[in-house]
Amino acid sequence: MIELYDFELSGNCYKLRLLMTILGIEYTPKMIDFFPGNEHQTDEFLEINPLGQLPVLCDGEVTLRDAQAILTYLATKYDESGQWYPVTDPARLGLVNQWLAFADMITSTASAARLHDGLFYHWIDINKARAGAHRLFQVLDEHLWHAEQDGELWILPGNNPTLADLACFPYTMLASEGGVPLTDYPAIRRWTDRFKRVPGFIPMPGIFPAGTA
Amino acid sequence: MLSSQKSEMYPIAYNTWHVISATDDLVPGKVEQTYLLGEPLQFVIDDTGKPTVWRVGPQAEPKNARAYVNTQLRYGYIWCVLGEPTKGIFEIPEYSEPDRRIMNALSVGINTSPPRAVENFLDMAHFPFVHDGILGEEPHTEVVEYQVDYNEEAGEIWATDCKFYQPKAAMASTEGVMADYIYRVPHPFCAVLYKSSPEDLERMDVISVFVTPLDEEHIKAHLAICILDTTTEFDKDIRLFQQTILGQDKPILENQMPRKLPLDVRAETPIRADKSSIIYRRYLRDIGLRFGTIPEAT
Repeated sequence: MIELYDFELSGNCYKLRLLMTILGIEYTPKMIDFFPGNEHQTDEFLEINPLGQLPVLCDGEVTLRDAQAILTYLATKYDESGQWYPVTDPARLGLVNQWLAFADMITSTASAARLHDGLFYHWIDINKARAGAHRLFQVLDEHLWHAEQDGELWILPGNNPTLADLACFPYTMLASEGGVPLTDYPAIRRWTDRFKRVPGFIPMPGIFPAGTA
Repeated sequence: MLSSQKSEMYPIAYNTWHVISATDDLVPGKVEQTYLLGEPLQFVIDDTGKPTVWRVGPQAEPKNARAYVNTQLRYGYIWCVLGEPTKGIFEIPEYSEPDRRIMNALSVGINTSPPRAVENFLDMAHFPFVHDGILGEEPHTEVVEYQVDYNEEAGEIWATDCKFYQPKAAMASTEGVMADYIYRVPHPFCAVLYKSSPEDLERMDVISVFVTPLDEEHIKAHLAICILDTTTEFDKDIRLFQQTILGQDKPILENQMPRKLPLDVRAETPIRADKSSIIYRRYLRDIGLRFGTIPEAT
């Protein structure tokens, strides 16, 4: 059985819950009291991940940290359709990886701003984090707008979403909690609405399901 | 704005005790920082748990001595008053019952005004939509008639006879129930909820929200738990349950505009289910609270 070291309010943990639910993978959550309990800084947890970060996933002999790395592992191993992480198509694979790195940049800006505002990470340079998030969202919004002009719905061309969409989605949706509203990014807002209608989609606190319309 | 000007502008908020932090999460000797009513503060607890709080920045006079702030411990939290307190901290008698599990479930920053947060806590109508599957569930969306009274002498609001269908009313719940609620507002920025306990029909769980007014549009919301629960093995699981709920409220609150609470009766249109909110706004007008509100048009 897969075990996920999980914290409900973490967007990076949510990414993994989301993919595993969409793919129908069963797992056991091991809830960590990240805040205010600081359980990820205990000796016991640091033995599992010396970086003291969530999420961590254990699947038999395999123990992995880093949300993006875990996404690629899960999709490669369990997604028989190969649509989420197209390992047999080098060009597409390269593009997905490019956007996985972009998702990490969203984490270090928009998510950092959210930690500053919500969980009192005073040492974060809030203006820098917000400006960085806006720069990324301008790039993403423009990319999605052009994709829409070509009749595309997702970050990569094609009929289905990929890990590129799934990895960028959570901290984009949660950005307003860090004082980075999505008001000026209409193409992003249309894309997040589409993503909420992917079969198997689940919400998290701060991310609501799409309306029934 | 100088501290003295602010205290003149917001006398009620300045002369009231406010929570600044839970003590659970503090490391003795480690200096923490926060804001209270827009003023930067630092604080620390010693090995015995005794807190010390002082002003920092240009408003702290004299320069070479710490400008200490009037402080006391209550219900597991540090309370401070910047001005001259006009009354003590309100009583929650259940905190002296020995079989209660008492903890701070969560302290979270929310970009909203203090009264918006209190008003949300009093609202039952949002349960099935925001806390779907936990505190409510469609199609059980009706808020049945309840009583709300403002006792001027005590300076408290009580909302009674509140009932709501809840699929998972508490961590210790095993099935959906018609939960009985009593709401109490004994303080402009604090609300206390008494809720039927899944373990003892004769007694009630007590869940309070204590709001730290960082400034007029930014708060720290603390969820104070004082409940009967012998079945949930770890405090952590009770905390995680409450964190989910507060995490769902956060984006709703942050999207309410304007962030300050309008006190003009014509500003936002209430419906019958909002009775407690109508009384809460009237109470804020009556006591003359201005901090975090938009006053009535004159």
